[in-house]
Amino acid sequence: MIRKIRKQMTLSRVVLIVFLSCIAVFMLLPIIFLFNNAFKPLNELFLFPPTIFVQHPTMRNFEQLLLHTAAGVVPFSRYLFNSLLISGITLVAVVLVSTMAGYVLSKHRFHFKRLIMALIMISLMFVPETVMIPRYLMMSGLKLTDTYFAHILPFIAAPVAVFLMKQFIDQIPDALVESAKLDGATDMTVFTRIIIPLTAPAVATVCIITFQAVFLDTETSMNYITNETMKTMAYYVTAFTSNVPGVAAVSISAAVGLLMFVPNLILFLLFQRKMIQTMLHSGVK
Amino acid sequence: MNTAPLAPLPQDGVSEMDRVKPTSPRYNQRIRQFAKECWQSRMSYLFLMPFMLCFLCFILIPVFIAAFLSFTSFNGIEFPRFIGFNNFINLLTQDTTFMKYTLPNTLKFAVIVGPGGYILSFLFAWLIHQLPSRIRDVFTLALYAPSMVGGVALSVIWIATFSGDQVGYLNNFLMKIGFIDTPHLWLQDPKYLMWVMIIVSLWTSMGVGFLAMLGGLQTVNTELYEAGRIDGIKSSLQEVYYITIPSMKPQMLFSAVMAIVGTLKAGAISTQLTGQTITPQYGGHLITNHIDDYAFLRFEWGYASALSVVLLILSYGLMKLSYALFRTKEDE
Repeated sequence: MIRKIRKQMTLSRVVLIVFLSCIAVFMLLPIIFLFNNAFKPLNELFLFPPTIFVQHPTMRNFEQLLLHTAAGVVPFSRYLFNSLLISGITLVAVVLVSTMAGYVLSKHRFHFKRLIMALIMISLMFVPETVMIPRYLMMSGLKLTDTYFAHILPFIAAPVAVFLMKQFIDQIPDALVESAKLDGATDMTVFTRIIIPLTAPAVATVCIITFQAVFLDTETSMNYITNETMKTMAYYVTAFTSNVPGVAAVSISAAVGLLMFVPNLILFLLFQRKMIQTMLHSGVK
Repeated sequence: MNTAPLAPLPQDGVSEMDRVKPTSPRYNQRIRQFAKECWQSRMSYLFLMPFMLCFLCFILIPVFIAAFLSFTSFNGIEFPRFIGFNNFINLLTQDTTFMKYTLPNTLKFAVIVGPGGYILSFLFAWLIHQLPSRIRDVFTLALYAPSMVGGVALSVIWIATFSGDQVGYLNNFLMKIGFIDTPHLWLQDPKYLMWVMIIVSLWTSMGVGFLAMLGGLQTVNTELYEAGRIDGIKSSLQEVYYITIPSMKPQMLFSAVMAIVGTLKAGAISTQLTGQTITPQYGGHLITNHIDDYAFLRFEWGYASALSVVLLILSYGLMKLSYALFRTKEDE
């Protein structure tokens, strides 16, 4: 075993690993800091000289968060509930909708397919921030403001998700779909029995990308939602940490920062391999 | 891929139909044929419908509305008033903030963060690819993790780092090694703010595009490397240039598109760092901040739409450019 490892360890590889480790530490240092900061007691947060690592870890910052938010008009749990509900529904909806679209675009032949693909390819580079105003007009025109739909529907229009799905489904042999059709399977059966099970890696990838966007989104709550009980946690903590003055803000935002980051991290850790597997097919030809 | 992505119109059916004169019997026959084909593929349209509806409502129609509003004066309450090209003329001749701060800032930011982040992504992806696959995951995680940090977490980390007093990590470090004598106001001083924004953006730039490159590197046929060595490739730099990049062009292109989007939408970062919508002396004022300024502070929605249209055209042009660079040729 050791001999095997030694055989692989040429000098250049050692240099490479050391170099990459330095880069990795540099990239991770702020995140390590984020974790430590959340558990620092107040006196350590303002310590001079500043330290990165926590010396006496405490849960006080999280308690502060709960105490402070309990005093508000809308309880913190409501924002948390909104965030979880919206993220959950959006994930399921985006995965379902983009897999359906990807399947059809990959395996079916019909009129307007080229046009639709061309539109999707162009909108890969679409920046939603550029159409905040027209989107607002659409939202109020469709009477969607102050509903959960305002949070969910814009994310379903995800060209990147559809594109990744389509590219991934391209890898599934046409013969498989056709032989199933010959055996009398309908589109629905092909979709649920063949496409869905085989696209698991792409589903994981779309989940990660979408969750990141939805969970951290504050624009929707800010622009389309006026009812305080319909806003999300991301919006609440952003507004909160920039409004609460002084010492409490530092303590609370340390806790909140970690809370907003960890779900993303967990999701990525679970699906990392699958994500790279999907990216094998992400090429634009 | 059997569908050329950027074909302007479907060649089958629709355009053929136009060539035949209306009222001729062939026209009727064709239209019936067309309707029949559409009905036969109704399942396809049904599967596409949820996506297309959202796509229309929240991307396609808003883009057209933005284009329409850019020719109007609109304050959100009264009906938009048509004013022709005045918004665009004002943008070029009257808007001193745009010319003096927004445009140079955006260009500087985009030129460094876009290609810079892209090149760094490729470099790190390539280096990680040289490692045995067992330890690749660790480094991938380390480089990808920053791109997941957003909103509050990003503020918490970087405000503490660049804080203007002695407790700020950077000030403290630089004073300890004797590089500076007094603490610098990294986030308030327009001289530094832009560079801080660039550094933070580069830190977060190893996102989906980076993963696409890692995936792309795995698709390169390893036999090509041996063939290349026989053909006289000497260094690994040549190997990258002649074999790796041409083989993973499609992923390079996808990654480039992601880099463009990431760079152009990056306006929020200055707000997250300084806590202000408008940064001190417009030090970190990017085009997206300029849009927000006119849309949500001044309520000049017509003008804000004109700015959005400029941004959309800009991103479309950049995408065309990257297609020209990385498009797989027909004969390859």
